[in-house]
Amino acid sequence: MRVCLQRPTILFYTFIDKKIHLGQGKGGCSVRRPFVHASPLSRGMADVAVVADKMNVRDALNSALDEELTRDPLVYVMGEEVGQYQGAYKITKGLLEKYGIERVRDTPITEMGFTGIGVGSAFYGLKPVVEFMSINFAMQAIDHVINSAAKMLYMSGGKISVPIVFRGPNGAAAGVGAQHSQCFAAWYGSCPGLKVLMPYDAEEARGLLKAAIRDPDPCIFLENELLYGVEYPMSAASKDKDFTLPIGQAKIMREGKDVTIVTFSRQVEIALKAADILAKDGISAEIINLRSIRPLDRPCINNSVRKTSRLVTLEEGWPQHGVGCEIIATICDESFFYLDAPPERICGADVPMPYAVNLEALAVPTMDDIIRIVKRCCHRGRAAA
Amino acid sequence: MAVRQALRRAGGRLLATQGAMAPAALGVAGRGLSTSAEPITLEIPVPFKGHNVEPPSRTVETSAQELTEFFRTMFVMRRMEIAADSLYKSKFIRGFCHLYDGQEAVCVGMEAALNDKDCIITAYRDHCTHLGRGGTVLEVFAELMGRKDGCSLGKGGSMHMYNKKGGFYGGNGIVGAQTPLGAGLAFAQKYLKVEGVTLAMYGDGAANQGQLFEAMNISALWDLPVLYVCENNHYGMGTAEWRSAKSPEYYKRGDYVPGLKVDGMDCLAVKQAVKFAKEYALKNGPMVLEMDTYRYHGHSMSDPGSTYRTRDEISGVRQERDPIERIRKLLLSHEIATVAELKTIEKEAKKEVEDALAKAKESPSPDSEELFSHIYRKSYGAQAYGADRKEVVVTLP
Repeated sequence: MRVCLQRPTILFYTFIDKKIHLGQGKGGCSVRRPFVHASPLSRGMADVAVVADKMNVRDALNSALDEELTRDPLVYVMGEEVGQYQGAYKITKGLLEKYGIERVRDTPITEMGFTGIGVGSAFYGLKPVVEFMSINFAMQAIDHVINSAAKMLYMSGGKISVPIVFRGPNGAAAGVGAQHSQCFAAWYGSCPGLKVLMPYDAEEARGLLKAAIRDPDPCIFLENELLYGVEYPMSAASKDKDFTLPIGQAKIMREGKDVTIVTFSRQVEIALKAADILAKDGISAEIINLRSIRPLDRPCINNSVRKTSRLVTLEEGWPQHGVGCEIIATICDESFFYLDAPPERICGADVPMPYAVNLEALAVPTMDDIIRIVKRCCHRGRAAA
Repeated sequence: MAVRQALRRAGGRLLATQGAMAPAALGVAGRGLSTSAEPITLEIPVPFKGHNVEPPSRTVETSAQELTEFFRTMFVMRRMEIAADSLYKSKFIRGFCHLYDGQEAVCVGMEAALNDKDCIITAYRDHCTHLGRGGTVLEVFAELMGRKDGCSLGKGGSMHMYNKKGGFYGGNGIVGAQTPLGAGLAFAQKYLKVEGVTLAMYGDGAANQGQLFEAMNISALWDLPVLYVCENNHYGMGTAEWRSAKSPEYYKRGDYVPGLKVDGMDCLAVKQAVKFAKEYALKNGPMVLEMDTYRYHGHSMSDPGSTYRTRDEISGVRQERDPIERIRKLLLSHEIATVAELKTIEKEAKKEVEDALAKAKESPSPDSEELFSHIYRKSYGAQAYGADRKEVVVTLP
């Protein structure tokens, strides 16, 4: 179909039934049929991502959504600005053009309402992927995530399952202030009936999102805004359209023998860099990337600590009742007598996120913090054998 | 005129307060319980009120069979709720128990206009709604008592009854949450091109919830086939409608969503309204139906229901507007059934309820293993823990 446009500013379905002169003045085209005029923001960018040897997290997520939308007609995407705007963070770019408005739904700014609608449609059997522009906004809809979705299978005695994915950027970003920086891993991670996934790199983002969409239970998929633009290598296996990663399994990013660092999301990268520096000081750190906050891979964590005898947990969220607390508790339950030193928690500061850049830097763990704390952990208690 | 006089002489008290039912055509008259499907045409006494929509006609078609079924079903529901009251007082039922007696005409009238492609979602006053969608009295009682034969295996309780095959999605404990969930069901019906509507039911208390307006906005934007059915029993727990709503004209609160006000104590009015609204919704999108109804019990079993309303008011409604009595009078006045035959139906209904109750009492509590079942459909070997983490650790099924 020929698109006759003189000015690229129309953003809605239009019936055009008059002649439009092209710039050359050679006569116009007469068209009378409905169009979706792509917005100027999307012209030239209205393509879904193609899986490649190197991808950034954004494109990896985009490719996952694209493949799952193709694979299963029951899957659809819903959220603010996911369609015409191509996604607030461009995660959903190109999807509206490819799949149409029935399957890529722009919503008004009413989280409680559209989340409820997503959950209700999942009761019936659809497989919604509900985007929260920030997981902070999901607090407005948290009743539907927990009470309507997570608990439903149990309360109904197994009658009604809820194959829904909630996703969005979670936790600290850069300069977005107190109401846009909270990490929700711990809150959601405590709820039975919910699955909580937190990918780190592009391959994980792709594999875990595909797994979450295929999963029959409610999953909340916590992304990281600062990683969206970061490129990572992709394995050959990850390019397959049926590539998924297992839910509930952590990954050992780096093997070590002196201390286990358990972390997730963006801090994985910082921990890996810290481990390189620690290695020069003779400390061999094993880095575990949780990937799945719930279900938690307790065997992986315990086996590692039984090997290294020391534990440091690392997260950006608030310390009290955080994810690190559960990791330490699980070690105390199962591997206490293997410890040579008390476990250490590295967390975000006990404060609402400040705006000033120096204060913000103090509110989130840094590489220096990790190095100092790991060394402290390794130099306390019984000497390593 | 003569008919009215004759019935007055017979001692039957017509619903004179709302005007007489003027039968335009009688069904099969005469002796013997008529279960004929021959159409009977009646006029609904209380007029509909429309908001941005022309109300449907007050002439409704029914039959002897349908009216008898209304009577029987509502009677079973009434007995079931009264039995639940006793069960609660004798501590067989714990926690919350919200009874529906007085409101039966709403769910029974609705079902007469719906089929198995339609869905219903409601709040916590759901025992009778569950029955209307194909549930059994046994599974309601067993669920109320937390037994394994309950419709949710005893794990849900009074507020959490579901029947997915029958298109019943509960059974929701959070006031107002069911309204966007209902819009979501309608979204799925439209997405899958199922020619059905969803009835998202809520009360006058929930009618002020923000998420209801969020759901109405989206369902109007997307033309979702959802009917927002406000069961206005005039009290949100202990708060009368005039104390909680600036505008208690709930059928108008949809603004751009058209609405109808319906006499919710009249099965036939409810049926007519839902039939009309369903046709509308399948073509155009949402509509609000305000059912003017009444609950005899308090909000729940812990509320006597008489501190915020007078006993005279309650007994007045029972005398003037009881939905079962209304149908009884129709059955008698149209000679579809005799007094004796109705008594037989009542006796059978009572027996049905009593038998179900006895059977439910015999149902055992769920096995302890059920504590950890139905957390996930797919558990990936995840473990869950009891209070004693060393003693009770389970790999989820």
